[in-house]
Amino acid sequence: MTNFWSGYIVILTLTCLGLILWLLLATRKTQRPGPTNETMGHSFDGIEEYDNPLPRWWFVLFILTMVFSAVYLFLFPGLGKWPGYLNWTQESQYEAEVARAEERFAPIFAKYTAMPVEDVAKVPEAVAIGQRLFATNCSVCHGSDARGAFGFPNLTDNDWLYGGDPETIKTTLRGGRQAAMPAWLAVIGEDGVRNVSGYVRSLSGLETEGVDLAAGKTTYTNTCAVCHGGDGKGNQQLGAPNLTDDIWLYGSSFLQVQQTIRYGRNGHMPSQAHLGEDKIHMLASYVYSLSHKDAQ
Amino acid sequence: MSTATTPTAYNYKVVRQFAVMTVVWGIVGMAMGVFIASQLVWPELNFGLPWTTFGRLRPLHTNAVIFAFGGCALFATSYYVVQRTSQARLVSDGLAAFTFWGWQAVIVLAAITLPMGLTSTKEYAELEWPIDILIAVVWVSYALVFFGTIMKRKMKHIYVGNWFFGGFILTVAVLHIVNSMAVPVSLTKSYSMYSGATDAMIQWWYGHNAVGFFLTAGFLGMMYYFVPKQAERPIYSYRLSIVHFWALISIYIWAGPHHLHYTALPDWAQSLGMVMSLILLAPSWGGMINGMMTLSGAWHKLRTDPILRFLVVALAFYGMSTFEGPMMAIKTVNALSHYTDWTIGHVHAGALGWVAMISIGSLYHLIPKVFGREAMYSTALINTHFWLATIGTVLYIVSMWVNGITQGLMWRAVNVDGTPTYSFVEALEASHYGFVVRMIGGAFFLIGMLLMAYNVWRTVRHSKAANLEAAAQTA
Repeated sequence: MTNFWSGYIVILTLTCLGLILWLLLATRKTQRPGPTNETMGHSFDGIEEYDNPLPRWWFVLFILTMVFSAVYLFLFPGLGKWPGYLNWTQESQYEAEVARAEERFAPIFAKYTAMPVEDVAKVPEAVAIGQRLFATNCSVCHGSDARGAFGFPNLTDNDWLYGGDPETIKTTLRGGRQAAMPAWLAVIGEDGVRNVSGYVRSLSGLETEGVDLAAGKTTYTNTCAVCHGGDGKGNQQLGAPNLTDDIWLYGSSFLQVQQTIRYGRNGHMPSQAHLGEDKIHMLASYVYSLSHKDAQ
Repeated sequence: MSTATTPTAYNYKVVRQFAVMTVVWGIVGMAMGVFIASQLVWPELNFGLPWTTFGRLRPLHTNAVIFAFGGCALFATSYYVVQRTSQARLVSDGLAAFTFWGWQAVIVLAAITLPMGLTSTKEYAELEWPIDILIAVVWVSYALVFFGTIMKRKMKHIYVGNWFFGGFILTVAVLHIVNSMAVPVSLTKSYSMYSGATDAMIQWWYGHNAVGFFLTAGFLGMMYYFVPKQAERPIYSYRLSIVHFWALISIYIWAGPHHLHYTALPDWAQSLGMVMSLILLAPSWGGMINGMMTLSGAWHKLRTDPILRFLVVALAFYGMSTFEGPMMAIKTVNALSHYTDWTIGHVHAGALGWVAMISIGSLYHLIPKVFGREAMYSTALINTHFWLATIGTVLYIVSMWVNGITQGLMWRAVNVDGTPTYSFVEALEASHYGFVVRMIGGAFFLIGMLLMAYNVWRTVRHSKAANLEAAAQTA
């Protein structure tokens, strides 16, 4: 804020309050000492006005609010550039509250951070904390039961795109994931899309009428196998899904599979690094527990 | 004998028109309120149609009750009061008629465009730019009629009620024009001239002073005439009216930032908004004290006069909500109350308890007078209306207090690990009973307005031209 605007604010504020205070005191100075039946002498449509003094309690209330405000504007920012005696800002209040929360909650998390994910996943209190963190941060995509939705993986079925060991889950949480299934229409043509779709469905035991499975297999070997593997079992290094397990992120119908192959898919898991290592550890333990129920 | 056109007769025609439309728009606006309150209880009442969704009907409700009901009440009473206390006819019948028809046109245009989804998205200023221009033209005409009549007055002094009406008219003109500045891109679409935090500040400078000047100063003008008139007592203290008038109008204008606590608005502006809101307590209460104390020596009239009851209970609700407002402007309180139903309860303590009740009381006094009747058709119906309105208001504000504090506490509750205890939907579920009670309270208030419409119709239906002429003669 420039000095000009700071001065503008200070002068305007103090002038306004000063004039009100002056009016209040000046009116009081000339008033009668007590209640009266004297009127001001004018009558408007029969309405007269008494010359009663300002009620004392009202005057005191007015002064008290003014005094409070003067103290407040001394302690807190308000008068232009004056930062206030306490140097308070809403950012510093926020940071102080976050720091207090850290202090209060960090020990609870620290206890579990020192334990391996596999062990934390067996502690019911820890799983409950993980579940609440999940509800706040993850459920909007993966669902409150973590069973996912169209385009958002089910986290309870022990089928993993990038791997389900504790370290990999934490890596996924920390850095996020960006899937990249390319669009194949321009490369393999509409017939290729149909035949490969039929072939991919057949890997999970689904039958498709009117497709050339042999041609589909050839196209698959030439274009798809590099990521999804010759046997269709996928590659967790790349996040390429296993195509043989009848688990479908984008649907299993012939039309849906064609859509995926024709135009590609770009699933995006955002990084959760802002939650901090402790909470990531907790979330990883919770997610790990979902597919290891028997271990609990 | 034709005396209606003599220069000494008052122009009551425009007062009658605005008075009747106050009742009509009151019913429309409050029915809309009860309907959208029902939508919060039963979301199916959206009917799946775009023009009946809450998001479009809510601004229609607020515009209808504030500017159609409240606006017509202010026009009717200010035109009546300024003539009687100045002993002068309105300066121009033509311009006065223009303000009536112009204002009705604004209301009808609002009722058409808002459900269509045409909105500038600025709260309490949703109407698009062509309607904004019409409002500005009507408002300037209103100022010309009002101040022109003041200049014609027969007495040396200007009555205190007219200070408040005058302050309200001038300030609303400035607020409306500055806040509505926009760049039009088509007949039905425009973008605000301001951006970001500046836009938010201008919006709430306008928004809070729509409350401070439209809904407070204007209605205090009403109070200063109809309370002493109905109580037949002098105003308690002329000195108090001077101090609280100047303090009220010069401090209200600063209070807007309390709507933007803990936002991108700079800290200094938030602090100033908060302290000015606190200092506003005494000037606001000045009006309540002057009204209440005017009744000293006339309290017994409350036993028999339901019109006076309306006026006094309005002052009580005014005192209550102008205490609640400064408290809610304190940052630590605001951190709990903001974004909850508490705010909606606070607004309705003012809107139903103060604005509507003072208007209803004033109209019950005014309508027989401008229609040349002895009194309202039924005092018993006024009494029933009074109880419906009072109980309805209490149900409304209590349910919203309970809801608001419940929501505020549920949103900030955390588990031992620091995670939120409740999801947003759980807080919404907990609010359901409050929504039901609020809807019932609103329905009470609406039924009261229907009784008023019947009572007014029975009062005025036999009014003949001769009655009207005789009524309009200056004393």
